Amino acid sequence: MPLPSAPPAYIATAGGLLLVLSLMLPVATLLASLLLRAREIGHFVLATSAAILAVSVITAVKIGMTGEAIVYVLGGWQPPLGLALRADGTSAAMMVITAVIMCAVALYAHWQFELSSERRQGRIPAVFWVLIMAVWSALNAVFIGQDLFNLYVALELLTFGAVPLVSLDGRSDTVAAALRYLMFALLGSLLYLLGVGLIYSTYGTLDLQILARVADDRPALSVALAFMIAGLLAKSALFPLHLWLPPAHSGAPPAASAILSALVVKAPFFLILRLLFELAPATSARFAGEGLAALGALSILFCSIMAVRQERLKLMVAYSTAAQIGYLFLMFPLAAGTEAVQPWGTIAWTGGLLQLASHALAKAAMFLAAGVIAEAFAHDRIGELKGFAHILPTSAFAFGLGGLSLMGLPPSGGFTAKCLLLTAAVIEGYWWIAAAISAGGVIAAGYVFRVISRAFATPTVPLIPLKPVPRKLERIALALALAAVALGFLPLQPFTYLQIGRPSVAAMVVP
Amino acid sequence: MIASAHAATLMGLCGSALVGIGLFVVITHPRVLRKIIGFNLLGAGVFVVLGVAAKRGAAAGFAADPIPQALVITGIVVAFAATAIAIALLRRLFELKGSSETEPPPPDIGSGRT
Repeated sequence: MPLPSAPPAYIATAGGLLLVLSLMLPVATLLASLLLRAREIGHFVLATSAAILAVSVITAVKIGMTGEAIVYVLGGWQPPLGLALRADGTSAAMMVITAVIMCAVALYAHWQFELSSERRQGRIPAVFWVLIMAVWSALNAVFIGQDLFNLYVALELLTFGAVPLVSLDGRSDTVAAALRYLMFALLGSLLYLLGVGLIYSTYGTLDLQILARVADDRPALSVALAFMIAGLLAKSALFPLHLWLPPAHSGAPPAASAILSALVVKAPFFLILRLLFELAPATSARFAGEGLAALGALSILFCSIMAVRQERLKLMVAYSTAAQIGYLFLMFPLAAGTEAVQPWGTIAWTGGLLQLASHALAKAAMFLAAGVIAEAFAHDRIGELKGFAHILPTSAFAFGLGGLSLMGLPPSGGFTAKCLLLTAAVIEGYWWIAAAISAGGVIAAGYVFRVISRAFATPTVPLIPLKPVPRKLERIALALALAAVALGFLPLQPFTYLQIGRPSVAAMVVP
Repeated sequence: MIASAHAATLMGLCGSALVGIGLFVVITHPRVLRKIIGFNLLGAGVFVVLGVAAKRGAAAGFAADPIPQALVITGIVVAFAATAIAIALLRRLFELKGSSETEPPPPDIGSGRT
């Protein structure tokens, strides 16, 4: 129970308006887009996207400079009655990654829609712009929300934005894929909501900070968290709940696939991270963490092998997403922390979040490159793409650079991330996690080189592109891939930035 | 007081049973329409559980805590929207294919166009 005499859980800081803007700008853009004519929306969305990117970067810089989380209490009403928004170092990093990828994808989509006049006039661009703004707002709400029910609403908004993105072109197989995605996502939402109900009836509050203070080792809390995490697993497509992901992510238009694979599946993972490390009782957290890591390891092995077996480029990239999500879940037992080191001070915490960021950049690059290839040749069957690197060298290069991150070869963000996770696994004595990381890298090399070797082969029949693709589309994919490589130059140590605003050892002891 | 405690327990059990039935339908029935109805049963069960939380007065300390009731109303709106999207997609799929099968086609049969 929250005690009346307890100090307020939140003290509003300067800069709270930034958090409000990060939620409201996408929504305002969405609503304004409904009033604009179809061909004006693109420019308008690009302009506001740049503004939201600026807001995200300013938020992150401000947190870095003050060394404290930014807090905004809605209407001045303190939780448990009111709601709070709070961005710490980890949330701000997520917001910036989201904004960078959203802006790159929006530019790509805008140029791609301009390629043909019938596509520009159609309904697809207008719907696409509205949906990505809905997704963006929901993602930011997940990253800065503090109330478990608010987070439920944010997750539902994310689903309602992401599902129609899958079936944007309206073909029957993509509609079926969207419906399958919706079935898994709805099951996840309802299990999450059931857990929320159990937590409220046990503790009488849904605020994460207050809950972290009063959480004890009552079985009701563990049961509630188990429901919530199981629901979130269905949304983040961890093996064996990944079945919806490959058809959904490969059937969507390339710009939509990039957002779905790079960002949307990461939001539920981020919530699991918060629930397990901030609320779960120590014994349950260790048990659940090892279970999640085991599923992650199975996900890496199974989905990587499935990726090797795919005939179509986009399906291969989609299976690789399911495999790379597995790496994220390996951090749970490794980042458990000790008496002296908090979870967010461990190398596994940095490694896991770096894996998230580098996969997001690399996967967006690969989907956009695959989109250029599909645009040029009107198909994406890997077997018939021999020699495409001679025609689309930039795309082949972007695909290869993205592949470096997936395999974990230096220099790339994926290398640094996997190296940190591997080191943590060896130090903590989890040999099976170390084995899964290594095996996953080898299999990833298998499917990436399968494409790259075809790309540079000399075709028996000269490959002729159906239509020219502007170089600027390819350059966006290349820029994202280079950003994923650039993450590899970060030092191999825990980032202090990710620990900003996280409770320190002293604050954990004093209730 | 004892009667109301019994009522809360009974409603809690009803809510759990609805969650169980809904989960069973969602997992075992291949037809999408059945699954959608299963989701609504599951959702109804969750709302009853939240109602019991209100009756027990977890935070407010009196037996009609308004917060869970507000959560239920929001939850109903969200569940309605989700059902509407699912039905719209299902109708579209039925118009396009003449069946409501959501399994992806075997990889070799698809035309490979993106």
